[in-house]
Amino acid sequence: MALAFKDLHWARDIKVQQYLQPKTLEEALEMLASFAGRAKVIAGGTDVVPQLRRRNISVEALVDVTCIPGMDGIDRDGENIIMGGLVTHAQVASSELIKQKAGILSEGAGSVGSPQIRNIATVAGNLVSGQPAADATIPLLALDATVTVAGSKGLRNIPLTEFFLDKGKTVLDCTREILTQIQFRGLRENEGGCYLRLAKRKALTLPMLVLAAVVNANMEKRIINRAAIAIGPVAPVPYRARDVEEGLKGAPISDETMEAAANRGMLECTPRDSRLRGSCDYRQEMTKVFIKRGLTRAIAQIGS
Amino acid sequence: MNELRLTFTLNEKDISIETSPNTMLVDLLRDRLGLTGTKVGCREGECGACTVLLDGIPVNSCILPAAKIQGRSLITIEGLADENGQLSQIQQAFMNEGAAQCGFCTPGMIMNAKALLERNSEPDNQEIRRSISGVLCRCTGYQKIVQAVATVSDMKKSQG
Repeated sequence: MALAFKDLHWARDIKVQQYLQPKTLEEALEMLASFAGRAKVIAGGTDVVPQLRRRNISVEALVDVTCIPGMDGIDRDGENIIMGGLVTHAQVASSELIKQKAGILSEGAGSVGSPQIRNIATVAGNLVSGQPAADATIPLLALDATVTVAGSKGLRNIPLTEFFLDKGKTVLDCTREILTQIQFRGLRENEGGCYLRLAKRKALTLPMLVLAAVVNANMEKRIINRAAIAIGPVAPVPYRARDVEEGLKGAPISDETMEAAANRGMLECTPRDSRLRGSCDYRQEMTKVFIKRGLTRAIAQIGS
Repeated sequence: MNELRLTFTLNEKDISIETSPNTMLVDLLRDRLGLTGTKVGCREGECGACTVLLDGIPVNSCILPAAKIQGRSLITIEGLADENGQLSQIQQAFMNEGAAQCGFCTPGMIMNAKALLERNSEPDNQEIRRSISGVLCRCTGYQKIVQAVATVSDMKKSQG
């Protein structure tokens, strides 16, 4: 039987009963609570709208949090950088503070989607969507960021390393909770970072591989104190390469160290064969290349 | 389903209209307000043909719930020519340089280029390319599009 036009194409409209625009966080949380799981938070909507249109998800109401004041700033508190839950990718990519203190995040945020997407899509949304290829998420993971989540029982702080559960699934329930803040420590004098992205084109394409590295080293003694390496999408969630990081603690800065780190990283990743993102073999090999390249460049960044 | 009463400015005119919470901005523009200059390409925020300026910033109107424009200012491709139909510099440059083939991506290209030129009247080649990187042209005519934007910048330079 021939498929009807409507079965071949996504629906034109979304399908909700109400579109709510609360003016305060409390009001937003009350609205979510009153729908008891049948409403969902929307910010920029660049992920939520396509999901609703494909009927991947279905909700009665959308609670648009973008009118809540005080959540769209990037601020500094000593060594820490605090970003509100409504900060967009474009804001992060053009922030001088982020460029200076966390260049890997500038690059990651500047690689998401397209200019039009970055102008409206929030970094918090990038986290909440929980996609393994999320360009802004991976540098935040390497920066040991924590997020603040508001719910009916108050606020809770969650390290990003404990945030992702599975593809598209995080510990945050976006029918009841709102990500209000992202915080992390900026890079110190003896730290350097590197962001690497492998994709078929230079614009408007999802990555085949993304790596963000932060290295803390003693450059006089040529020793790595510690390193943080976040990788995606070569597993169901973006993850920290803990075996690699463990092996780098106190290791000398040498070709042998890089080679060993690369080999460990290859064993740790579990990419699928993907027509979109390349074969498992290819991406495992590229993971090796990226670990070596990422560490080398992050070390070269130290003190610069 | 609750109806929404939206008030906003569209191409510098005040608009007040009822819409549903399920309507996307591009459909409000094309079907209700008769502004078909904004095109629907992919309908999922990939191709950029539907780009409009929301408070001066380019956004994809195909995945923007119409409810989000409440109280805001919107410019579409129809807002570029003056009231006598005299084309803007950038539209004229696209014609002069042959920067449109099928023309479907052209409104998206022009709206992104307009936003760029408003914040930076003398962009370099890289900046021009980056500004239109969110719009796909299936006729692969990027070279002439970049050229058209560059000539507007040159015109502004010679005038300044």
